[in-house]
Amino acid sequence: MERNPMRRQLAIMRQSLFDQGHVDEQFVQLEELQDDANPNFVEEVVTLYYRDSARIILNIEQALERKPFDFRKLDAYMHQFKGSSSSIGAKKVKAESTLFREYCKSGNGEGCMRSFQQLKKEYATLRKKLGAYFQLARQAGPVETASRPK
Amino acid sequence: MNVSSVKGSMSISSSTSTWKAGDTISDQFPAGLRVLVVDDDPTCLMILEKMLIACLYKVTKCNRAETALSKLRENKNGYDIVLSDVHMPDMDGFKLLEHIGLEMDLPVIMMSADDGKQVVMKGVTHGACDYLIKPVRIEALKNIWQHVVRKRKNEWKEFEQSGSVEEGDRQPKQSDDADYSSSANEGNWKGSKKRKDEEEETDERDDTSTLKKPRVVWSVELHQQFVAAVNQLGIDKAVPKKILELMNVPGLTRENVASHLQKYRLYLRRLSGVSQHQSNLSTIISAQDPTFGSLSSLSGLDLQTLAATGQLPAQSLARLQAAGLGRATAISGIPITLVDQRNIFSFENPKLRFGEGQQQHMTNKQQVNLLHGIPSTMEPKQLVSLRHAAQSIGNMNMQVPPHGAQSSQNNPLLMQMGQQQQQQQQQQQSRGQILVDSTINHAPRLSSSMGQPILSNGIATNVSSRNGIPENIRAPGYSQTPSMLNFPMNHASELPGNSFALGSTPGVSILTSKGAFQEDVNSEIKGSGGLMPSYDVFNDLNQHKPQSWELQNVGMAFDTSQHSNSLQGNLDLTQSALGQQGFSSGQMNGHNRSAAVASKAMFSTGDVKELGSAQNVNQHLNNLLVDNTIRVKSERVCDTSPANIFPDHFGQDDLMSALLKQQESVASSENEFDFDGYSMNNIPV
Repeated sequence: MERNPMRRQLAIMRQSLFDQGHVDEQFVQLEELQDDANPNFVEEVVTLYYRDSARIILNIEQALERKPFDFRKLDAYMHQFKGSSSSIGAKKVKAESTLFREYCKSGNGEGCMRSFQQLKKEYATLRKKLGAYFQLARQAGPVETASRPK
Repeated sequence: MNVSSVKGSMSISSSTSTWKAGDTISDQFPAGLRVLVVDDDPTCLMILEKMLIACLYKVTKCNRAETALSKLRENKNGYDIVLSDVHMPDMDGFKLLEHIGLEMDLPVIMMSADDGKQVVMKGVTHGACDYLIKPVRIEALKNIWQHVVRKRKNEWKEFEQSGSVEEGDRQPKQSDDADYSSSANEGNWKGSKKRKDEEEETDERDDTSTLKKPRVVWSVELHQQFVAAVNQLGIDKAVPKKILELMNVPGLTRENVASHLQKYRLYLRRLSGVSQHQSNLSTIISAQDPTFGSLSSLSGLDLQTLAATGQLPAQSLARLQAAGLGRATAISGIPITLVDQRNIFSFENPKLRFGEGQQQHMTNKQQVNLLHGIPSTMEPKQLVSLRHAAQSIGNMNMQVPPHGAQSSQNNPLLMQMGQQQQQQQQQQQSRGQILVDSTINHAPRLSSSMGQPILSNGIATNVSSRNGIPENIRAPGYSQTPSMLNFPMNHASELPGNSFALGSTPGVSILTSKGAFQEDVNSEIKGSGGLMPSYDVFNDLNQHKPQSWELQNVGMAFDTSQHSNSLQGNLDLTQSALGQQGFSSGQMNGHNRSAAVASKAMFSTGDVKELGSAQNVNQHLNNLLVDNTIRVKSERVCDTSPANIFPDHFGQDDLMSALLKQQESVASSENEFDFDGYSMNNIPV
């Protein structure tokens, strides 16, 4: 069946997301929530995440343009962003968020900026990868996502 | 009624939402657990919702704390547990936590990506029953039902413990229900009355009654006596034994006093916490001292509110309270007048307050914190709400012909309050009138509670506020004022219409009281029948249809309980039992909910087994779950039962004076709030 090769490919893609550290266990949690009633749940959540977090990213960017940095505010934004990112299992993005917050707490503006740049990169990379993954998933049809025994 | 049959029918008919009705509890629990999840992050919210649904819970989601609070207020018994994020734009999660604890006494679980020790500790101190670190896993959600059960269980236990007298008394006591003083004999001040009523109503329930212990009903008078004794001894030196001796009330046990003292202390603590800012208010109030006495009820309310807003120093409050206690006289004009309108409320509040007062006490503290956090903009609102509350209290207290003090007492603030309150109260009054009447009969206590100083009332009222009238009846006067005050503070910003922002600080107190009151109220309500309307009034005032509050259920319809009477009877009992427990445990720290929840949990979770009778459980659950609804329900129950809780003891006059003495304003506001089943919602603002 043509699905099989696609499914295989999908599985490989999925595995690499984990192996490369882009997503973590939380992603599996989302996958487990996916069922026949919500066959595209994960994709929906991720889409919602990117849409909502774009707003936070923008806020942070604007805050970083105002000098001196309002670290408290930056930290608050990042806390929000981190919470969101961690809920979809965005591992690298989350790690970078934590780092950014550390810099905020220590008042390291330079560190914040660097960290933020890195974060945006990871954020964009993940988006691309997940986008491709979901696209393939749709093409492959209902796929049995890896799920841990419940 | 047969529990089993009820259950069966309930489970069938009731949807997941009413699983607590008791039937389903044993069968499906924790499936159908009604969860309210609050998170401003849409991604998290979506995921949580899906997870909770996967756990077979019934989920309601909100992305704003305000929305969540209004949902909770609208449907007091509509939820079993709340999950809330810590960081939210419109309201701090901890503040929401306090509000919920005060007003609804539901278990609240906090969530945050922040796992810092301090934040987690904050959750603990504010009364969260758990703290989940984000990202939340479904496994963590699968067990949240334990908090519901635990709460109920604790409430039950408290109830049981506090009731020294027991079941035996219940039966005969039923007839005594009408008698306030005899309530003291019961030993369970919380819901004994209700229970009795319930018991009377449903013989079947007798079995369940064994679970409940007769509780002392802390009528306004009784509470006043208590507060007088405490003041005489000095709050630091006040020990139950000595208080008991001073009070010299036959039939009152040391345990009763002890648990009541605990609540009262919480209430005071809360008030003092709130009073940080209040310098202005205190001055004003203190100045009035003599008038204050009467004002105190109002002031109490104001105080609380002020305290919430940080305007009223704790000391002032205390002073006011003392004044209030001392004076049975007219309450300062304005507040009093307001009180009148609120009469109904006051009646209710006192009761509620009383029990809750203590709880509130604790919660107050929390609230205070919240208050501080309240943006300054809130303050005006709070004041306004305070006014309203005061008014309501005033009304309540004032039921009895205005003490005359109403006329301009010296307090300009009060005056303002009075005016505002009057307006509000009028609305309430019309409604309240009905209630008042009923409450008066039923809850003579209410009035007394009103009179109580805000502090005490706060506590008591809190309770009552939540439950609405029923509780007030029990608490001598506590409940009403405090809740009123408290509420405004909390809700000032939140509840525009609810006089006092029940939401705001008062919430805390009210909440606490609610828990306690619920039970009391239940039993009391039974007797009073009339009470029910009052609750409705509150509800109406507040929100929307009184029915929302559960009054609708009042017909013993508890939402889930179909058995109505029989259930109610049980509920009352259980509630009271639970309430007592809640109080006695003095955990109210804003954990009124725990009491309420516990009781509720008991029901819903089908603690029936534990309780020994499904009926009881159901009732409890119904009672508790509703928080407010329960209260209301209990009232309903009361209606049926002959023994009015407060019947003759506290006639309107008595109540009014009592209330006036105390802080009617406070109480009234509470009443308003509580009406909905003790939610602050009721308070029209």
